[in-house]
Amino acid sequence: MAETKGRPGNPFAMENSAISEILGKWKNKQSPLLMTLHEIQKNRGYISRESTLEISEALDIPLARIYEVLTFNNYFKLSPPGDVVISVCTGTACHLKGSGQLLKKLEKVLGIHIGETTSDGRFHLQYVRCIGCCSLAPALVINGKVYSKVDPLQIKQILAEWQGEARESVDEL
Amino acid sequence: MSYERLCETAEQECRDLEKYDGIIYTCGSTGCVSSGCQDVIQAITDCIASHDIAGRIKLIVTGCMGLCSLGPLVRIELKGREPVLFKQIDSLTIRLIILEYVLQVFRQKDAFVFPYFLEQFVVPQDLPFFTEQKKIVLANTGKVDPARIQSYIAREGFMALVKVLSSMTPEALISEMAKSGLRGRSGAGFSTAAKWDIARKQQAAEKYIICNGDEGDPGAYIDRSLMESDPFSVIEGIIIAGFAVGAAKGWVFIRSEYALAASRIEQAIEQARDWKLLGNNILGTDFSFDCEVRLGAGTFVCGEETALIATMEGKRGTPSHRPPYPAVKGLWTMPTVINNVKTLANIPPIIRNGADWFRAIGTEGNSGTKVFSITGSALNSGLIEVPMGISLGRIVYHMAGVAETGTMVKAVQIGGPSGGILPPPFFDVKVEYESLRDLGIFIGSGGFIIIDQTVSLLDLLLYYLDFAVDESCGRCAACRIGSTQVLGVLKKIRKGRGTLDDLALLERLCMAMKNASLCGLGQAAANPVFSTLKYFPEEIEGYITTREVDTHER
Repeated sequence: MAETKGRPGNPFAMENSAISEILGKWKNKQSPLLMTLHEIQKNRGYISRESTLEISEALDIPLARIYEVLTFNNYFKLSPPGDVVISVCTGTACHLKGSGQLLKKLEKVLGIHIGETTSDGRFHLQYVRCIGCCSLAPALVINGKVYSKVDPLQIKQILAEWQGEARESVDEL
Repeated sequence: MSYERLCETAEQECRDLEKYDGIIYTCGSTGCVSSGCQDVIQAITDCIASHDIAGRIKLIVTGCMGLCSLGPLVRIELKGREPVLFKQIDSLTIRLIILEYVLQVFRQKDAFVFPYFLEQFVVPQDLPFFTEQKKIVLANTGKVDPARIQSYIAREGFMALVKVLSSMTPEALISEMAKSGLRGRSGAGFSTAAKWDIARKQQAAEKYIICNGDEGDPGAYIDRSLMESDPFSVIEGIIIAGFAVGAAKGWVFIRSEYALAASRIEQAIEQARDWKLLGNNILGTDFSFDCEVRLGAGTFVCGEETALIATMEGKRGTPSHRPPYPAVKGLWTMPTVINNVKTLANIPPIIRNGADWFRAIGTEGNSGTKVFSITGSALNSGLIEVPMGISLGRIVYHMAGVAETGTMVKAVQIGGPSGGILPPPFFDVKVEYESLRDLGIFIGSGGFIIIDQTVSLLDLLLYYLDFAVDESCGRCAACRIGSTQVLGVLKKIRKGRGTLDDLALLERLCMAMKNASLCGLGQAAANPVFSTLKYFPEEIEGYITTREVDTHER
């Protein structure tokens, strides 16, 4: 994924002090890199070029190593996602119960492909491998809220929930 | 912290619960959260307040009760009455239940008759889904409050640690574990005691324990459920493992997708530290141990031991050659024991009850139990723990309730992308590492998917191979190129352009992957193809001979 410029007014914009705080917390611990990346992404929604430079300096890890880890793992985002991140579970159980149709329906309704963000910056669509809700397949997660046994017909109704004012994201996922 | 203090806490906790006339247990795991248990919990709290029964009834938010497909689940235990498990509860039905069941029992006492209109919400306790289970690992799930260490202590929590630290040497502990016959519960089935013993014998400045909670199999959620529902038993297992090998530091490596599990484990570690069960001089001995949580980042291969270590070291998670095995040279070149969540959760009950007790469960060479997550075309889907040696058919037809629905089962898929697919004629096989391996099936993570006649196995193979291509780390050619080629051939067949020669080509490619791949991911990625070719050749040949044209976009 190519590095893109952060949009102005990005709701995840984080004070630099928050980054230093995270770096300070992990600096002297063993195995700090992944956790630092996790916390920054949780705070900011993605890992910017500036953040990686700061991490590199504070933790004394070469930039190349940081990008190696960032791009190897599916979880990290290098560009700002939409305000509302929709993750469709594509685990085996969900696959068998029709997660493919859910994805197609979402792509159609939102007018974007998997991995893209709507032009207004509102919705980001992605898939995840398994969220562990296999008995309630198919499932999808929107900003941490899990929806289970989802029917493609419910998609519009679910999206409507997230259409208006930015809802506070649940502190999970 | 001392033994006496633990006993006091346990007694205090039991006395506290005795005061109440009833307890409402509500499942608060990811599954039930997604079916709306938060509203139910709120409704119960409101109800207790509005009827002013706070002194008589207590609400406990527990972990998983197993039958996830019927969630949210609520179990109500009233004094002098059998526990009742209610299913598919919402905020309205729970109000009705409190009004017509709990309050009526309080009011009418023995004259109470269970109202007929509530029957539809009751899960009968004599379902084979429950009665055929043997709970060791899941014994506490759905019963303890995962957010309070006292609740775990009241159920003999940390008694195994007391026993180990007060009366056992590391050697005695390992020989007890060897006697129990416990084998790694994440697939390969290597003896836990043997792994510990290798690490213990190493001379090194430091040693580490890693709890592998990177449950990557898309279709299994046992580790998630355990970490969410009974985090303290996992922690206790890690501490005991640390004592056995002489490690002072442990890590719990958890998938990033499992946010609730990670926060429950974090919370459990903090409480254990506050109670001085982690840290310096645990229980007044000279044994010191601490552990921390590390999150994965959505990569399947990181569940492989050496890839996990690379990830922890801050590198990209690619596997490396074994030997040296991690138990000899692991994290930062120090001896490192990597045990699965399920394996570690087995340890406290084994120590508490003794190796002979554990050995008596299951079969010779396969002692203990195995937890499966049943999904797919099952009436009852959820988590089950069964003794080793039970037949597949009993699980499929009786426990999962497939016989009742009349579903025509085509196959069972066990072990996720590394596992295999088995047809009904083989359902009398016993659940054992070896008997299944002889049929080409690896138990693996414990994913158990019941497949009905509507599913095309070629499509399922395409799904698994697509997964393998996506998740292959790319380090070795056999897996990187092999998986892509196998997927290509399968796609060609799916489009109706295959020839019968392609079947032989598939075999050859899969064999090459199996023999030449660096790690388990590549070696096992071909397993689903092998078992389909072996047991369901017609599923693939059909697309070749009838030239059925693919109408689906892929």
